[in-house]
Amino acid sequence: MSEDILAGLAGIVNEVAGVPAEDVQLDKSFVDDLDVDSLSMVEVVMACEDKWGVKIPDSEVKNLKTVGDAVKFISAHV
Amino acid sequence: MTRNVVVTGIGMTTPIGGDAPSTWAAALAGTPGTIRLGPDWAADQPAQIAAMMKVDPAEVLKPVEVRRMDRSEQCALIASREAWADAGAPDVDPIRLGVVVASGIGGINSLIQAYETLRDKGAARVSPHMVTMIMPNGPAAMVGIEVGARAGVHTPVSACASGAEAVSYAAKMIEDGRADIVVAGGTEACMNGVTMAGFAAMRALSTRNDDPATASRAYDVDRDGFVMGEGAGILILEEEDHARARGAKIYGRYGGSGLTSDGHHIAQPDPEGAGAARAITMALADADLSPADIIHINAHATSTPQGDYAESVALRRALGGQADHAWVSGTKSMTGHLLGGAGAVESIFAILALRDRIAPPSINIFNFDTSIDLQVTKDGPVQLPAGDIAALNNSFGFGGHDVALVFKSV
Repeated sequence: MSEDILAGLAGIVNEVAGVPAEDVQLDKSFVDDLDVDSLSMVEVVMACEDKWGVKIPDSEVKNLKTVGDAVKFISAHV
Repeated sequence: MTRNVVVTGIGMTTPIGGDAPSTWAAALAGTPGTIRLGPDWAADQPAQIAAMMKVDPAEVLKPVEVRRMDRSEQCALIASREAWADAGAPDVDPIRLGVVVASGIGGINSLIQAYETLRDKGAARVSPHMVTMIMPNGPAAMVGIEVGARAGVHTPVSACASGAEAVSYAAKMIEDGRADIVVAGGTEACMNGVTMAGFAAMRALSTRNDDPATASRAYDVDRDGFVMGEGAGILILEEEDHARARGAKIYGRYGGSGLTSDGHHIAQPDPEGAGAARAITMALADADLSPADIIHINAHATSTPQGDYAESVALRRALGGQADHAWVSGTKSMTGHLLGGAGAVESIFAILALRDRIAPPSINIFNFDTSIDLQVTKDGPVQLPAGDIAALNNSFGFGGHDVALVFKSV
């Protein structure tokens, strides 16, 4: 399950921010490692909500520092 | 101390070419850029023809660049990258580097797309990039970030005179000592049902839907409006000593500019051409030239019945009998009307005409309108003389904006 979510998230980050999908690993920070800025993070969140039917509130987005954080959140709420 | 301005790089993406060399070659060959529009939205439009960019930006840019930028920003970036590379990617102090890139309409394609998202999916799905895609200064800002310009990034807006006003503003930045290099030009990409319907409602567009290639026909008696075009033109303007010190290739000189306004009507040109004539006279004075020095004119010549005539009157007012020996080219007959991009693309055409000593053709003149008292290149390109020569480029915008630019050969 988590692997599917990671693969899906990698595809989203690639499309939204142009980051190679293979670089999107669990330990990578969106901002520091993948250069996903705050605007692109909004797009990532929108795409995740649409793909998995979850709601990711703004108050939660600031806690999603790494790809692993996002995968964990989505897995728990999907 | 006088600071002279020269042109050291050019870039274009237009309906007749994906870059500057191919666009210029197509212009000299008399290539029509107007096509019949394919999209569904065009089906019930009065004007179903337009001049789309020859090379779609998506073929050139990375997908993420296309995603984050409006089409008008995309073509500005493409032309800027070409111009910057053409100038030799100059090593310049960022605080001495400026950008002036104009758009007449702005990112309306993106605004419409955002509205459709809002309507269909709700506010939570409107893109966080929407605002930076629709703001009129977006193209200038994107180019400014691309080259790292820190002397100032500006966006004059004056409808179809915007691109020319940008070139003037950029040259002033150099003359006034604010910058040594300025990336200058204009861009437009507003091909959508809303814009096309609006211009058609003004009766501004040609509706020669059954014969797109000949629809843009400035100076022909049967001209019936302009053809919407899209694309961008970018010039690298540089202080002459700066350019010479680094051994840059120099295409030509910026001579001067004149900017006036009609104070007459929101969309109609002043039929007396008074404001336009004053702009031309001011540009000549700024360039320290007289009417006799103008050998070539890249006219605004959009192919509207009133506009082409009013401009011809203005040229006669400003140049008098000296207009007799100037070859006038109406290149929108090929490119269509790039609105905010027009003044920049046509400035580049004027500079290349001086460099290559050839005035491009004005196509689609089947029956020359004899009320136009000008010497038009209606039979094909015309050789220009050797020696020091100068060219004039006119641009006029809805709202009564008149901008004239003068360029000199090197």
